[in-house]
Amino acid sequence: MRMTRMAAVVAATMVAAGPALADSLHFPMLNYRTGPFAPNGIAFADGYQDYLTLLNERDGGIGGVPIRFTECETAYNTERGVECYQSIRGDNPLIIQPLSTGITYQIIPRATQDGIPVHSMGYGRTSAVNGEVFNWVFNYPATYWDGASVIINHLLAENDGSLAGKKIALVYHNSAYGREPIPTLNRLSEELGFEFLALGVDSPGQEQRSQWLQIRRERPDYVLMWGWGVMNPTAIQEAANIRFPMNNFYGVWWSGSEQDVMPVGDGAHGYRSLAMHGTGTDYPIYADIQNYVIEPGLYAGTGDEVGTVLYSRGLYAAMLATEAARTAQEIHGTPNITAAMMRDGMASLEMTEERMAALGLPGFGPEFSVSCQNHGGSGAAMIQEWDANTGTWNLITDWIDSDREMIMEMVMEDSLAYAAENDIEPQCLERSGG
Amino acid sequence: MPDTLLFAMEAAVNGLAAGVMYALVALGFVLIFKASGIFNFSQGVMALFAALTLVGLQTGQIPFSHLINAIFGTRLHHFGFTLPTVVAIIGTVAVMVAFAWLVERYIFRHLVNQEPIILFMATIGLAYFLEGLGDIMWGAEVKRMDVGIPQGMSETVDDLTFAWFGYGFFVDTLEIWAAVIAGLLVIGLVIFSQYTKQGRALRAVADDHQAALSVGISLRFIWVLVWSLAGIVALVAGIMWGAKSGVQFSLSLIALKALPVLILGGFTSIPGAIVGGLIIGVGEKLFDFFMQPIVGSATENWFAYMLALVFLLFRPQGLFGEKIIERV
Repeated sequence: MRMTRMAAVVAATMVAAGPALADSLHFPMLNYRTGPFAPNGIAFADGYQDYLTLLNERDGGIGGVPIRFTECETAYNTERGVECYQSIRGDNPLIIQPLSTGITYQIIPRATQDGIPVHSMGYGRTSAVNGEVFNWVFNYPATYWDGASVIINHLLAENDGSLAGKKIALVYHNSAYGREPIPTLNRLSEELGFEFLALGVDSPGQEQRSQWLQIRRERPDYVLMWGWGVMNPTAIQEAANIRFPMNNFYGVWWSGSEQDVMPVGDGAHGYRSLAMHGTGTDYPIYADIQNYVIEPGLYAGTGDEVGTVLYSRGLYAAMLATEAARTAQEIHGTPNITAAMMRDGMASLEMTEERMAALGLPGFGPEFSVSCQNHGGSGAAMIQEWDANTGTWNLITDWIDSDREMIMEMVMEDSLAYAAENDIEPQCLERSGG
Repeated sequence: MPDTLLFAMEAAVNGLAAGVMYALVALGFVLIFKASGIFNFSQGVMALFAALTLVGLQTGQIPFSHLINAIFGTRLHHFGFTLPTVVAIIGTVAVMVAFAWLVERYIFRHLVNQEPIILFMATIGLAYFLEGLGDIMWGAEVKRMDVGIPQGMSETVDDLTFAWFGYGFFVDTLEIWAAVIAGLLVIGLVIFSQYTKQGRALRAVADDHQAALSVGISLRFIWVLVWSLAGIVALVAGIMWGAKSGVQFSLSLIALKALPVLILGGFTSIPGAIVGGLIIGVGEKLFDFFMQPIVGSATENWFAYMLALVFLLFRPQGLFGEKIIERV
């Protein structure tokens, strides 16, 4: 009798526990809403969470399965990011988006071991484009090396196809992130004949006078910036102080948000940056966000970041993640997917204009498809320019392609060296058996 | 004159200007350490909090609006009016004085006669509390600091140096103003400490707090006074650094710039904070200028702490600090 009762309890527990695991899709968020980089982290986190909330409220999740999202605070600190990963990995996460290049580097070997896909969208290790070496890591739609190449291609177009004799300076955050574009720019300077000057800035970047005095002395034709947090507005202010022409100052996509230009006021007018997606609320999806998320009071944070650049980036990251989940559901014919199935979805993701339009985001991101050989998307980006009078970013170009042939050469070189160091046999991963 | 010398002179002048900005932060540390022996870890966060409060008052932001909205489902953000800069500054000073009173009343009154390390740990806790309070009270978004101080290249310095050397030096007008304000601040502090009753009481406590107590000076009043003064210095530093980089949470990290200045100038000397700031500022700019081609850029933090380390080896009390002699 006692055994029968115990068996019943066990059976009831299993019934109760079973659906709890299967009936939700876990999308963890490694956010930073505190610390010196919080202003940037909050906007991204809000956009990401609002998109997931929209899918839950409007569609009942993905393929009928509700989305469960959890937050872990990293404060943009690598050690805390790794701790977050350790706390999440046992909770059936479908995807990890570290939101930090430093955290990404630390998580790559762990996530590969655990079989959890990592998406570092426009950051992280560039050579993860080679999916034969980095089976579990994706960095679509573009990488830092693409970013550097896109700016140079844009400058080539502005200079009748030649940068010979020009001088280009890079002001970079003195970290793994900031140093990422240097190999690409070194190589492009050799190929295209421009002089390249790299100027590092100590973190967090509040004091940059030496670098900008040097820029004033050297008189480069263009200045590029790979900055983050307080480094960005400080650099834009310093550029305005020395009267460097803002139209010749280009930031990467992490140096092109409202947070970077607003503190500088009119001095930032004309500053340009890369854009890997559209921005603003002129997209049909915002009507649904208003109806299903904002009006019922389900918005993340304070709700005042909607439509900003970094909110849009969080929204885009969530959209790409959920589209990969949808793809995985289609591939495997089941709505209840695992992390391994999610990886298959990411490896087969196709973002077309038709699909983005259907999602209410026409023209929001580049069209691209992911393959085993290319986890990095199309590499295309646009250029946006800040209008201080209206307080808006305006896109001034269409999608500009990067020099993918050159970048793939560099990707192969770096990724194969990584494979050799880590005893990895480059090969495509078989799809999960389900 | 050779170009290299001119460029080095320009770097040195800018180093002096940067040094003043560092000294503004260091002054707050010195005031509290001199009067109470507490190394105030929260000085950088006080600068952030003061700057947040000033901008919040200027722009008519409703304090704790995010919290109120989250609890009551309201959409409050601003009162609908703005305050003149002078009124906002007076309001911020009042907030910093109230903060000083609260710190004395609820923290340090209970920690009298504790070990310095305990007091230091209390200021670490205070720093984290104040940072969180600033976030909840005013929000985490980056704000623009505009108190009417001009910013950008000084035409006067450019024209003068061009007339003298044939090369116009760059100096930021904001930093010229920072130097003037720092000078006035030091003069004000000296006048206060030399010629007022409260100032003399403060010096008495700094010299020997046991003796000061025995002649009827209230230690509690002195602590409120000195934390208020440090709050005002933090406000000045917050205005200057906020105008330079925007008011955001990394503003609290300017405290890291003050540490080598304190080691160099001494923890107990106001002139030491100024001179230490100038040495660090000029040193790091010249080091970067001459060594950048060899070792690359981004050496400023490294150089400042290396110089401080060298000073520690040869003069642990700093240039102007009091030598501590303990008799057994």
